[in-house]
Amino acid sequence: MVTALHKDAELRQRAWNAAAEVVDPEIPVLTIADLGVLRDVTVTDGRVEVAITPTYSGCPAMNMIRVEIELALEREGFRNLEVRTVLSPAWTTDWMSDDGRRKLREYGIAPPLASSSRRALFGVEQVACPQCGSGNTEVLSEFGSTSCKALWRCKSCREPFDYFKCH
Amino acid sequence: MAVASIQVSETPLVLYALRRADDALILGHRLSEWCGHAPMLEEDMALANMGLDLLGQARELYSYAAKVEGKGNDEDKFAYLRDIRQYRNLLLLEQPNGDFAHTMVRQLFYAGFADLYWRAMMKSGDATLAAIAAKSEKESAYHLRHSSEWMVRLGDGTEESHARAQAAIDDLWAYTGEMFAIDDSERDLIDGSVAVDPASLHPQWLKTVSDIVGEATLALPKSDWMQQGGRSGRHSEHLGHLLSELQSMQRTFPGATW
Repeated sequence: MVTALHKDAELRQRAWNAAAEVVDPEIPVLTIADLGVLRDVTVTDGRVEVAITPTYSGCPAMNMIRVEIELALEREGFRNLEVRTVLSPAWTTDWMSDDGRRKLREYGIAPPLASSSRRALFGVEQVACPQCGSGNTEVLSEFGSTSCKALWRCKSCREPFDYFKCH
Repeated sequence: MAVASIQVSETPLVLYALRRADDALILGHRLSEWCGHAPMLEEDMALANMGLDLLGQARELYSYAAKVEGKGNDEDKFAYLRDIRQYRNLLLLEQPNGDFAHTMVRQLFYAGFADLYWRAMMKSGDATLAAIAAKSEKESAYHLRHSSEWMVRLGDGTEESHARAQAAIDDLWAYTGEMFAIDDSERDLIDGSVAVDPASLHPQWLKTVSDIVGEATLALPKSDWMQQGGRSGRHSEHLGHLLSELQSMQRTFPGATW
């Protein structure tokens, strides 16, 4: 029994490490662990269960992420596995790791501000340009190339950039 | 070859989930109709994005209805294999897109409601509905912000945009009452703290909408006569046309999958 439990704990770490390597297909610099999409990995009697949570209800990347997790776990030798979606607690950009925010900025995407700003009825956010750091920016479109991004433009360096919306 | 419609055992909870799922699917479909036709690229993306949010909400709600019903139905069967009279969405949401002002007014009226509704539903005694609410309220807040900004832009814009925005408000106003109406099947769910009484949200909704419409130099109609019927399956002519497009693949090639 003790050995079985020990084995499950070891398997869990291996399964977590494998799942945590999966990247968001839309933002390949971020892993699902950076994003906070990977919620939990449990191993019971050799059976792996991975819990993920969607960023937005209709995010089309979820299907792809699910398949990528299954493939990553199978590469690690896991056969008996299930990826399930949990909605509660609801995903928030506050879960994004500091490392994830840094990687986003380096990739050219402005990381999300604190989620407390999202209730403002009219946009009041001040987003720093990920290219030159200037705060002299303006929103072009509240909705961008994916559900989780808005389109902004820097008025200093004139570069357009994606902003990861706070949520 | 046509395919038969499914039977649905509409217990109060199944019906409750289906009504909200239908709201999300039908409005999501309407928004998707703008894809490739919006007045500018940014709005094309915005409307498709919001449609996608609603489609995601619809999927969660349909899946939950299917689980509660336990009769082997699923999200796809609910969406593709029910007839018009089995659809339970609000009449407001099936109204044609019209011009851009009509779409934005419809968005304002509904997002203003959905934002309050989902926030209140986060306290539902039903764990699944509460979890769906927690995701949906964040999305609704964004949709409300989007339509609010457009209302001001249109109302306080040119003579033409002002006139169109006011016409849209006047046309769609009579469909807003249905959002706050309930029937017997919902009363028990409200008493059991599974559902919220939408009437309790009306004062705040009216304040939010009035404030935005006022800021936009527009006015709400005085009329309080309200149209109803969608919740019990009595729809306007527009839903049939929408469903014939939405369901055409499954009706023509039953069981077709990607």
